Amino acid sequence: MDLFEFQAKELFRKHGVPVSLGEVATTPDEAKAIAEKIGGVTVVKAQVKIGGRGKAGGVKVAKSAGDAAEAATAILGMDIKGHTVHRVLVDPGADIKEEYYVSYLLDRANRTFLAMASYEGGMEIEQLAAERPEALAKVPVDALDGVDAAKAREIATAAKFPADLVEPVADVLVKLWETFVAEDATLVEVNPLARLGDGSVVALDGKVTLDDNADFRQPDHVAFEDKHAADPLEQKAKEKSLNYVKLDGEVGIIGNGAGLVMSTLDVVAYAGEKHGGVKPANFLDIGGGASAEVMANGLDVILNDPSVRSVFVNVFGGITACDEVANGIVTALNMLGDEANKPLVVRLDGNNVIEGRRILTEAAHPLVTLADTMDDAADKAAELAGAGA
Amino acid sequence: MAIFLDENSRIIVQGMTGSEGMKHTRRMLASGATVVGGVNARKAGTTVEIEGAKLPVFGSVAEAMSETGANVTVGFVPPAFTKDSVIEAIDAEIPLAVVITEGVAVHDTATFWAYAQGKKTRIVGPNCPGVISPGKSNAGIIPADITKAGRVGLVSKSGTLTYQMMYELRDFGFSTCVGIGGDPIIGTTHIDCLEAFQNDPETDAVVMIGEIGGDAEERAAAYIKANVTKPVVGYVAGFTAPEGKTMGHAGAIVSGSSGTAQAKKEALEAAGVQVGKTPSETARLMRDLLA
Repeated sequence: MDLFEFQAKELFRKHGVPVSLGEVATTPDEAKAIAEKIGGVTVVKAQVKIGGRGKAGGVKVAKSAGDAAEAATAILGMDIKGHTVHRVLVDPGADIKEEYYVSYLLDRANRTFLAMASYEGGMEIEQLAAERPEALAKVPVDALDGVDAAKAREIATAAKFPADLVEPVADVLVKLWETFVAEDATLVEVNPLARLGDGSVVALDGKVTLDDNADFRQPDHVAFEDKHAADPLEQKAKEKSLNYVKLDGEVGIIGNGAGLVMSTLDVVAYAGEKHGGVKPANFLDIGGGASAEVMANGLDVILNDPSVRSVFVNVFGGITACDEVANGIVTALNMLGDEANKPLVVRLDGNNVIEGRRILTEAAHPLVTLADTMDDAADKAAELAGAGA
Repeated sequence: MAIFLDENSRIIVQGMTGSEGMKHTRRMLASGATVVGGVNARKAGTTVEIEGAKLPVFGSVAEAMSETGANVTVGFVPPAFTKDSVIEAIDAEIPLAVVITEGVAVHDTATFWAYAQGKKTRIVGPNCPGVISPGKSNAGIIPADITKAGRVGLVSKSGTLTYQMMYELRDFGFSTCVGIGGDPIIGTTHIDCLEAFQNDPETDAVVMIGEIGGDAEERAAAYIKANVTKPVVGYVAGFTAPEGKTMGHAGAIVSGSSGTAQAKKEALEAAGVQVGKTPSETARLMRDLLA
C-alpha cells in the first residue's frame, strides 16, 4: 500500500525523523484555520499518490491564511494524472538552503535492501539517476546488519555530503531505517531532505510503501487505507476477502491462482481482438479453496459490474476438485437467482474434471456454456461479450 | 537424476500438525513421496497417523534429521512464524527447505535469505507450490496425478500455471517441476533452475514460466543466452495487467515502465527463447521442439 505524504511524514515523526508537518484539510475553510494556527507562510500541497503534482499546480505557497484558503480552493478537486485531490496538506513554510535525497527500498534483483542518497536533491530521482548517476549513491544494506550509525555515515559519505553534514544526515538515515523496518515498508523516501536556514535537516516530503503481507503484525496500518480511492466493486470484493482488481473491459473473469488468472486476462484480450476489441473486466483469483460461497461471492461482485457482458470461469483443479467448483457454480447461480443475468463460459480441467463437467451438464443452466480448452473458452466468452454490445 | 528432489529424498514437514500441513502430508504420502516425520516443538514426542503411516513429531528440524535421515523440509508454518522456522532449517543444515506459506512479510524473507548466504540450505519459495520429480518424490502441494516422469523440466512463478503446463504436456512427462513462487524475494530463481536443468542428464528441454514484476525473467534470458544449450520455451503472464496494481502475487506488479510482460517476452526472444502467447501455444512450441 502506498501512503499519502502526510501519512508518510506521520510515520517519520513517530520514529524520530525530523519532519515539517502541518495538518490535513478537506475544505478551504479548514485550510485557512490550519494556516492561521501555523502563522506566517504556509505551503498547501495536494495529497495524491502519484508524482509530478508540483508541475500540475498541486503545490502552492501561501503568504497568509486567506491565500491558503484560495490555494486549497484551487487544488481540492483537481485531477492530477487521473487522481482526484480530496485533501490538501497545509505545511509550515520552510527557509530552504539546500535540498537532498535519501531513501531505502527493497532491491528485488539482489534480494536485499538498498540505500539511495544524493547530496544533489531537488529533482525527480529517476531524472537524477538517468542524467547524473554518479551523483546518486546506491549502497546495499544487509537485512541482518541493518543501518547503524557507522553504516549511515558510510551512506552519507558515499552520497558526497560534506563533512559537516555527515552527522546530521546519518542521524536521519538511522531513524529512517528504523521506520523502514518497524513499519514493514518496502520503500521509504525523503525528497527533498532539506537544510533550513537555522541549520536543521528536515524531511519536507515523504513517500512510503507498506508491505501488505505484514498486516498481521501491523494493526495500525489499516487506518491508512484510502476509502475515497477504492473502486466500489474493489471495496465490496475486499469486504468479502476476494482478491479482485477492477479493469476496464467487458469480460468478467474468475479463476484460481494468480498466474492462471493473469494468463486468462491475456488470453481473453487476444481473443477479444477478433470480437470487437472486448477486454477483461477484472482480475479475480478465488484461490485454492473455491467453495460454493466463495464462487457465489465472486460471481456476485462480477455480475454487479455494469460493464460486464459475459463471464469466463477458468479453473484448473490442482488441489481444488472440479466437482466442488461445479457445485459452487450451480449453488451460486441458484443463490443469485434473477441477479445472475449474464452468460457464463466455464472451463474446467484437472482434479475430478469428469465429475465436474457432469454436474454442470446435468444442471443445464441456461446461462452456462462448457468449453473444452482455455483458448476456446476465452474465444466464446469474448464472442458473447462482443455480441452483447 | 532430476533436480533438487529424487527417489532418495526423505521429507519432513514443518507445520505438519496444522490442517494444511496434515492435508498435504497425506497427499505427498499418497503420491509415493517418502515423508518421514514432522516438526512441532509443542507436540514433540507424539505421533500422527496419516495414510496408514505413523509419523513421529520432533521438537526441531535438527532432531528430525538425526532421527530419520531427512534431507528435505516442507514448510506450512503460518506467516508469523515462517522466518524462525526457515532459520531453524538453515541452522540444521538441511539441504532443501521448501517454503509453501503464502503471505510472508518481505522483511522476514529478506532476513532468512540473508541468513542462508554461505550456508548449506537451498530455499525454494516462499509462496510457492513446491517441487515435484514425478515418479520419484513430491515436496509440496503440486498434484502428483497430472502427469508422469519424462524429460522436460519446468520452472514457474505460478502454481496453477505449473499445473496447467504439466497438463498440456502430460503425454511427455517431466523430470522435475519447480514452483519458485510469486513473492518479491524468493530463495531459488529461474536461473538456479535453468542451471540445474542444463546440468541434469535426465532433462532434455525446459519450459520457463514468468509473470509481471521485477526483472528475474530478463536476467534469466541473459543467463540462457550465455549458458544454456538445451532448448527452452517461455511463457509470460500479465500483458493486460495495469501499472501499479498487485495482481494476486505479492511480487506481480508493474512499477512505472519496469516489470512489464512485454519487456520480459522481448528479452527472452532476444536470447533465442520462443515465447508462447498462451499456455497452449507454449506447449505446442515445446511439442514442435521435441518432435
